[in-house]
Amino acid sequence: MTLLDRVPTGKDLATLWEDAPGIPGFFSSVDHKRIGMRYIYTSFVFFFVAGLTALVMRAQLTTPESGVLGPQLYNELMTMHGTTMIFLFNTPVLAGFGNYLIPLQLGTRDMAFPRMNAFSYWIFLLGGIFMYLSFFVGKMPDGGWFAYPPMVSKAYSPGINMDFWGLGVVFVGLSTTVGSINFIVTIFKLRAPGMSLHRMPIFVWSMLVFSFMAIFAVPAVTLAAGLLELDRLFGTSFFVPALGGSALLYQHLFWFWGHPEVYILFVPATGMISQIIPVFSRRPLAGYLWVAASLVTIGFISFGVWVHHMFATGLPPLAMAFFSAVSLIIAIPSGVQFFAWIATMWKGTVRLTTPMLFAVGFLLIFLLGGITGVMVAVLPFDWQVTDSYFVVAHFHYVLNGAVVFPIFGAIYYWMPKMTGRMLSERLGRLSFWVMFVGFNVTFFPMHILGFLGMPRRVYTYRDGLGWEGLNVMVSLGSLVFALGTGITLVNFLISRRRGRPAGDDPWDADSLEWSTTSPPPDYNFASVPVVASAHPLWDQKPLPYASSGSDEETRGLGPEGAVERETPITSGIDTAPEGNLTIPEDTYLPLMVAVGLAVFFLGLLVNAAAVGVTGAALAVVGAVWWTWRTEEDLA
Amino acid sequence: MTPGRRRWLPAAGAFVLVAVALPACGKDSPSILDHHGPEARHVAGVWWLMFGLAAAVYVVVAGLVVIAIVRGRRTSTPAEDGAAVVRAGTDRRSESAFIWAGGIVAPVVILAILAVVTVTTTRDVRRAQDGELQVEVTAKRWWWDVRYPESGVATADEIHIPVGRPIDVVLRSDNVVHSFWVPQLAGKLDAVPGQTNHLRFQASTPGTYLGECAEYCGLQHARMGFIVIADAPADFDRWLARRSGAGTGPTSEATAEGQLVFMREACAGCHAIRNTQATATLGPDLSDFGSRQWIGSVTLPNTRGNLAGWISNSQTIKPGNLMPPISLEPDELDALVAYLESLK
Amino acid sequence: MTAATVPVPGPGPTAAGVDPIRPSTRRGYSTAWWGMAVLIMTEGMVFAILLASYFFLRASAKEWPLGGIEVPKLELALPFSFVLWGSSIPIFWAEAAIRKGRVGAFKAGMAISFVMGLSFLLFTLYDFDELTFGWRDNAYGSIYYTIVGLHAFHVFIGLAMSVGVQAKAWLGRLDHGRHSSAEVFSLYWHFVDVVWLFVFPSLFLSLHL
Ligand code: HEA
Ligand code: HEA
Ligand code: HEC
Ligand code: CUA
Ligand SMILES: [Cu+2]
Repeated sequence: MTLLDRVPTGKDLATLWEDAPGIPGFFSSVDHKRIGMRYIYTSFVFFFVAGLTALVMRAQLTTPESGVLGPQLYNELMTMHGTTMIFLFNTPVLAGFGNYLIPLQLGTRDMAFPRMNAFSYWIFLLGGIFMYLSFFVGKMPDGGWFAYPPMVSKAYSPGINMDFWGLGVVFVGLSTTVGSINFIVTIFKLRAPGMSLHRMPIFVWSMLVFSFMAIFAVPAVTLAAGLLELDRLFGTSFFVPALGGSALLYQHLFWFWGHPEVYILFVPATGMISQIIPVFSRRPLAGYLWVAASLVTIGFISFGVWVHHMFATGLPPLAMAFFSAVSLIIAIPSGVQFFAWIATMWKGTVRLTTPMLFAVGFLLIFLLGGITGVMVAVLPFDWQVTDSYFVVAHFHYVLNGAVVFPIFGAIYYWMPKMTGRMLSERLGRLSFWVMFVGFNVTFFPMHILGFLGMPRRVYTYRDGLGWEGLNVMVSLGSLVFALGTGITLVNFLISRRRGRPAGDDPWDADSLEWSTTSPPPDYNFASVPVVASAHPLWDQKPLPYASSGSDEETRGLGPEGAVERETPITSGIDTAPEGNLTIPEDTYLPLMVAVGLAVFFLGLLVNAAAVGVTGAALAVVGAVWWTWRTEEDLA
Repeated sequence: MTPGRRRWLPAAGAFVLVAVALPACGKDSPSILDHHGPEARHVAGVWWLMFGLAAAVYVVVAGLVVIAIVRGRRTSTPAEDGAAVVRAGTDRRSESAFIWAGGIVAPVVILAILAVVTVTTTRDVRRAQDGELQVEVTAKRWWWDVRYPESGVATADEIHIPVGRPIDVVLRSDNVVHSFWVPQLAGKLDAVPGQTNHLRFQASTPGTYLGECAEYCGLQHARMGFIVIADAPADFDRWLARRSGAGTGPTSEATAEGQLVFMREACAGCHAIRNTQATATLGPDLSDFGSRQWIGSVTLPNTRGNLAGWISNSQTIKPGNLMPPISLEPDELDALVAYLESLK
Repeated sequence: MTAATVPVPGPGPTAAGVDPIRPSTRRGYSTAWWGMAVLIMTEGMVFAILLASYFFLRASAKEWPLGGIEVPKLELALPFSFVLWGSSIPIFWAEAAIRKGRVGAFKAGMAISFVMGLSFLLFTLYDFDELTFGWRDNAYGSIYYTIVGLHAFHVFIGLAMSVGVQAKAWLGRLDHGRHSSAEVFSLYWHFVDVVWLFVFPSLFLSLHL
């Protein structure tokens, strides 16, 4: 039974909310679910591309003095691997889940700025394409994912390679910023009545922290890459030491974003874990407030540790010891979360379904990655292991282990909601085990390689240093891991065709997304649910829905709002209805502005004023049109 | 056996593996645990302490995870398991206590230990001391320029130091960021353009230690090695004296011919050789090249054949390095090689 | 359209066991206003980081401004700074007016503020023209042009928004109930002013102390 059937307004909600059919609808949709899915699909394409890149790198590194790739190509692939994974896979895939899930979990009909939402997706997609254009012209960026000048300044990197990176980073950063603004306003202003802050699902909390961190951190990387591009394209000298510029300034700017960024990725991943573990432990999350507070604390502290990526630059030891100490402290909120998860499982009855397996795999991997994080936070120890494979091991345990495993768990957990079909448990378990074993075989030996003195970012190494065997092991492991991810891919494809129908709530879960159909109707909820618990689907049986009130403020709560393409706006703290937000019809304007900006950046890239001006003009016209046609109260 | 238990055995096994494998593997490797100086020794000590703590934390916490899973499965019948959500028995107080103890109290204790270790170790290493030997090292793309300011001796990619004497490496770069790392002696320090850094360390046993560039610096970052040769003080003094005296000049006909070739060809435009008119600094100083162990920053062992190959076309050996291929007649090349190998 | 009831359990505002849903007593800001508020946080960060970079470069330099460039002059900068800061006042006034539906006063306030903002922008452009150094000369030139230029760009965007809002007012699209674009603009304009409150002392005043 769909919600639609329950709404006797005589109007056909489905057609009211439907996108235009076919191609036009594809380019003009503003539905958060469609956009969310696109984010997820697109970023997974990038994941497989970057993963494939890693496999090619591993082919080169399997044997000493290997000639599979030359130094230039290796450096390019290494740079694109890291850059893609961080900018084009991890960040956007989490934004994709956020896009899809937040309105559903909050009990509202769309995001606060649906057109902005479409815009941020197009920017992400075009930014990704922009960066990968470099592949087709054979000039991929080669400065590593943090691109330190002066190495990447015009003097030492005269080609166009790094411009793809610098401009691409600025461009994609825009997408994250716009997306985050959207999340924050949605979370504060569109929650269903009764969903006070302490009843929000932890995933929403984590996306709130994600967004605030992005808001405050992304400007730093935009400036790092932006000033770098000013240096490269317009001859400024921010990072040119001979003209009073500073190489270290760039490092500060980059890591002021770079460190928070890794927690920007990590926090939503733990948010997913905090949703999955309770459902499959059959009890509410232990220490909900502790966990929410930990997320916020991590958000704050992570702005005070960036210098731990610069321990070898020769800063004063006292200053570095301070950053060392703060980096140690950040283990505490992670520990709190960890013990909250253990307590949840301890008091519950664990069902080892595939999502839960990924959650447990996450626990065992993140524990090690976190511990090695604490180790590298110890200043004198980091002097030894920084920029060695030990650090590569640390960050793959956390990025690949503590972020990718939760994301795979989330796929198995939420895909049934998104597609309406279950994934195969058998293939899922198989995929997990292959990935888990492959992962450890790949990345565990890297710790040892680091101890044995193998620096990172080397395209080859000499024979006879005792690194040969372990490198073979790493490369073999990476194939196993890749196979594991491939199994999930196959599982997904099979499920799309003939997966078992999921039903509304296959897991007997607690949060609101499971109260609507799978996949949800375009309007999510004909009537907005009325929340009285942090676990509405467990505690409020049956779940009550609001009806439309007679006054303007409460009219949108019930089906009348859905009929008007409206969703209720509620006050930020106590969720009292304040009015209604009109959800715009589908429109090409976001695409137009995004394309305009992309063309503008292309103009900068190829140094063609005409192209740049055309793009800028397109974007400006689109933006003016967009804001001009804005009805008041609609953005 | 439950899946949970299967997972945690390899994890524990892995830790044992590290403990056993690390020191063993280090035989041919520039391992940070194979320490030959006070800083590396201190850090190895820090590591073993952290390793103990880490192993304990991992085993306890992962153990709790596994027990938590297994416990739940045991106490529930399949029927309960399928549907019922446990609300009763949700004891807030004991949960909080558990989270406090595991997530805050225990970590605070461990982290406090690490903080103390951080501060004391940082204080004990890299301190300026009396009687330091200054060595000026300038990172180039992609080799190391080495100078001894007190004696005016210049060399490249090879740093000789006396055992037991504190060394102050004055680290600079006039191009991009590099990092100076000799795992068996000390941790890293970057060479940052526009900035002078001091890496202070000591070697406690004579030997040859592999050094590497540890900050990504472009195309040939991978082949930017160097070696540190720690000699007994007397040997070191002899080494230094040999290089600071007036050179002998070519001693045979072949080497004299080689010198001519060197000066005539492009070589002298980039390289310096003591007591000759070759004084350029674009490439490594070759004054004592014949006594050096490696060619091209620890790329090839220094043999006549390798040298001839390097001079003819170093681009096939170290692609992208800043020395162009130079085509010479075979006899010219022979003479040049003989000359360079005679420089000691 | 006809009101609908929901034939699912627990019908709405007064469902059994659920508190009635009472509308908020205060009229909140629009989502667009909140969006602008968050945008301002991130923009504020941009300027904060740029100023931090300015001081970083300044602290690592032996002389400042670098390369014997003369210290920025105050004769015009100071009065025009006050013009910019002053331009916020008519906006307060205009905003209060539109809340009461006094569109005429609103238009007047907006126009006055616009003229003040525009004169500041023209001053900045004039000042750029007068400078004896370029952004290529050294890092001082680079950061000076970047910060002042970026701020001027924000003033420009603010003026463009002002034109849009004024046009809406003239077209009769704004009244006491519908004026969120005026509120959004006002917030942005105050922000641009506040930024200058930090930029001016850092780049100009502090070099005269
Ligand atoms: C998801 C991403 C992620 C996460 C979560 C972390 C988590 C942590 N990281 Fe990591 N880090 C990266 C991604 C991440 N990191 C990346 C990408 C780099 C390299 C970038 C590059 O150079 O390319 C890096 C590099 C990096 C460095 C610099 C290394 C170097 O370049 O030399 C440091 C140094 O302090 C560090 C520290 C930490 C710490 C202290 C944590 C802590 O948050 C970990 C805390 C968690 C735990 C400790 C486990 C759970 C806790 C308990 C069970 C309680 C009990 C435990 C103890 C008392 C120990 N990280
Ligand atoms: C989320 C982040 C993320 C992820 C998931 C990964 C995943 C992997 N990474 Fe990556 N890595 C980084 C982030 C990440 N990495 C970053 C930031 C850097 C630093 C870059 C820099 O220094 O600038 C880095 C650097 C880095 C290095 C060091 C390079 C160097 O210093 O020279 C290496 C070396 O082995 C490596 C390896 C791998 C491998 C083998 C995987 C594997 O997990 C990949 C497995 C492959 C796939 C998942 C896709 C392939 C699968 C298929 C094509 C499907 C097959 C289909 C069927 C079989 C049906 N990575
Ligand atoms: C354009 C500059 C240039 C010219 C000309 C040049 N070299 Fe070089 N040479 C270099 C550079 C730069 C290196 C360091 C390469 C590296 O290791 O990355 C080098 C390295 C070497 C080395 C290895 C030194 C060491 O310590 O590893 C030798 C030997 C050498 N050159 C000899 C010669 C001879 C002989 C000639 C002339 C026939 C010559 N070079 C011409 C720039 C030059
Ligand atoms: Cu020099 Cu890496
Ligand atoms: Cu960090």
